[in-house]
Amino acid sequence: MALTGMQIYKDLPRTNCKECGFPTCMAFAMQVAAGQKALTDCPEISSDAMSNLSEASAPPMKLVKIGTGDTAFELGQETVLFRHDEKFHRPCGLAIRIPASLSDDEASSKIEAVNALNFQRVGATLEPKLCAVEIEGSFDAAARAKLVAEKSNKAIILMGSDAAKMEAAAEAIKDKAPLLYSADASNIDAFAKIAASTKVPLAVTGANLEELAELIEKAKKAGAENLLLGFKNDKIGDSVRMLTRVRRAALKHKFRPLGYPTILDIQASDVEEETVMSAISAAKYAGIVIIDSIEPWSMLPILTIVQDVFTDPQVPNTVEAKLYEINDPDKNSPVMFTSNFSLTYFSVAGEVERSKVPTYICVVDTEGLGVLNAWAGDKITAEKIVATMKDQGVADKVDHRKLIIPGLLPMFRAEIEDISEWKEVIIGPETAKEIPVFLTSL
Amino acid sequence: MGIPELKENWKNTINEVTIGATKEEGGTRCKTITLGGQSTLPFLSFEGDLPNKPVIAGYVADIVPDWPDVLKNAIGKEINDPIEWAQKNVEEFGVEAINMRFLGASEATKNRSPDECAKIVEGMLKTVDVPLILWGCGEEEKDNEVLPACSHAARGENCLIGSATETNYQTVVAICKADKHKIIAEAPVDINIGKQVNILLQDAGLDLKEVVMLQTTAALGYGFDYVYTILERARIAGLQGDKLMASPQLCDIGGEVWRVKEASVDEDILTGWGALEKRGPMWEAVCAGGYLQAGADLLIMAHPKAIKIIQSTINNLL
Ligand code: SF4
Repeated sequence: MALTGMQIYKDLPRTNCKECGFPTCMAFAMQVAAGQKALTDCPEISSDAMSNLSEASAPPMKLVKIGTGDTAFELGQETVLFRHDEKFHRPCGLAIRIPASLSDDEASSKIEAVNALNFQRVGATLEPKLCAVEIEGSFDAAARAKLVAEKSNKAIILMGSDAAKMEAAAEAIKDKAPLLYSADASNIDAFAKIAASTKVPLAVTGANLEELAELIEKAKKAGAENLLLGFKNDKIGDSVRMLTRVRRAALKHKFRPLGYPTILDIQASDVEEETVMSAISAAKYAGIVIIDSIEPWSMLPILTIVQDVFTDPQVPNTVEAKLYEINDPDKNSPVMFTSNFSLTYFSVAGEVERSKVPTYICVVDTEGLGVLNAWAGDKITAEKIVATMKDQGVADKVDHRKLIIPGLLPMFRAEIEDISEWKEVIIGPETAKEIPVFLTSL
Repeated sequence: MGIPELKENWKNTINEVTIGATKEEGGTRCKTITLGGQSTLPFLSFEGDLPNKPVIAGYVADIVPDWPDVLKNAIGKEINDPIEWAQKNVEEFGVEAINMRFLGASEATKNRSPDECAKIVEGMLKTVDVPLILWGCGEEEKDNEVLPACSHAARGENCLIGSATETNYQTVVAICKADKHKIIAEAPVDINIGKQVNILLQDAGLDLKEVVMLQTTAALGYGFDYVYTILERARIAGLQGDKLMASPQLCDIGGEVWRVKEASVDEDILTGWGALEKRGPMWEAVCAGGYLQAGADLLIMAHPKAIKIIQSTINNLL
């Protein structure tokens, strides 16, 4: 929440001493409100006023960073409850649990499997971003933490409730800035102390939101700053309701004690349930979900829903306008064109793939509009299609001069045949799902 | 520590729409389903009423759809006969309604006649006792014959008929009125057209309490974000008092997800993406679980395993 000039002015010395370079405190306050000057530019400001104002001008949900360098994972500083109100900023992170029951060898092999997991989907790389290692049981906590720090290329979460073990683990790898998960009413003081002294982030869990808010305040007083709100429910509905209430408390009510990102330890009875619970939580405000499974058939749908829900709804989704070669086409393969609106392109490309017919797809830059909207908005014309095909060198790729055009744009046939070397224009189907039947019967 | 009051006051309630008619109500169904009725966003029971839980309808068609083997095998040999398929959906998969599509009425497939379609409806009504959702083949001209025949065969059964669009709504409204059915208002992933179709239905003399809205469903990963947001915006508008957006919402998950490669191509081609036998039903289940959060009240689903997972998810969401 941005502060107004008036709110800032009230906390300034109001002496108009001009040391800031402005004639009056009010003029300076306006500059700070506009984000042009920092409070520190006033040498006379009191430390009380400083902390008051910087607290109030901080975003309603804190940004927290786990890990360092390339593997750092950031979450928080979300601004809306619904993606259509602006967008969701930081995609929910998937954390894979390394259970305490695993031997060092088994733990290493799971860590390596997690490192290797990644999916290339619609132009993006999808992968789990965190590794959550349980620090419990009889093994040497520091040694286990070091093993994970050494092998894993993910941000690290240390999971446990024994303060002495967690301290040993955190000390051993504090340069990796791992997240401590989690403090509760029984150990908050000890955990907050570890977080404050090692400067690592800390997740706090409570029986209800009231207790959680209290524990957060305690942790803050003890000097822990980078905090997460932790949840662990058997019922996905309870998670959805808690996460929703926390998000409202932070953003609508600016309630500072709950103004932190969230982390959810998924409690499921099997991999299928874990998958659906994770997917739902990711859509509904979880910043991180901790899961057990590394099955690709489970991870891919979760990562895909994260990819979908965290897409910026205000930016038209486009793909590069170029010639796409699907199913390994040759000189005799059919040629079609479509728009650069990614939803259109991926539907068309998906159906062409499914048809197994080798095909060229020429993508025309329609500024992110679907074919019909592009036509209505004059973003696609016969000249533009012909010019695009020339730029992409389509004619050199095939021996024939047949062009399949979208069924929604039949009016382009005559014009394209007139003005280009593409003398046989074929009107294709109106919807993508008719493409396989169409292509196989060509 | 005291925390702020985190409940919101919504002005309006989502319309309650019942599908199916029992003997007393002039039909022959043993069970009916009721959609909508909420006075808050999905599953937020701490601030509003959720009188009816989301419902799963089983996907059935009169010909075997162009589906991957993992789905066809999971359904079993009954997929070859719509009535047996419907029966298996109800008795084994535990769905609460049947969603029947006459894909075979299309000229490109079997060119099944309206009479034949009506016969299948009659047979299905005798065999299963849950409410029916009836669709044609999606070709407007043919559906103008198929839908009236099917509707008439099920008159008085309070079916849900799909679907009224901006262009064909008059025919569909007429048959729903004549044979006492509920109607699906369909829009192409466009909230304004969705509203427009409801206005047209209202102008044609239909009570909006007879309407279920469909924003053409997108599969997970293929425009899911657009549909998710439209469902959410429509639901919020409905709760805030826009009566034209206060209809329950339908998602055809089973009809959409099985055509995308993530749900239809195995790991011999999609290396490292996991066995299709597992991945396919998860794709359907996650897509359904996602839409439930945005305000879907009726889910059409196909794979028995995905249906089972979502049945238990719904119970755990309440
Ligand atoms: S330096 Fe501070 S006290 Fe002096 S005029 Fe500027 S704002 Fe006012």
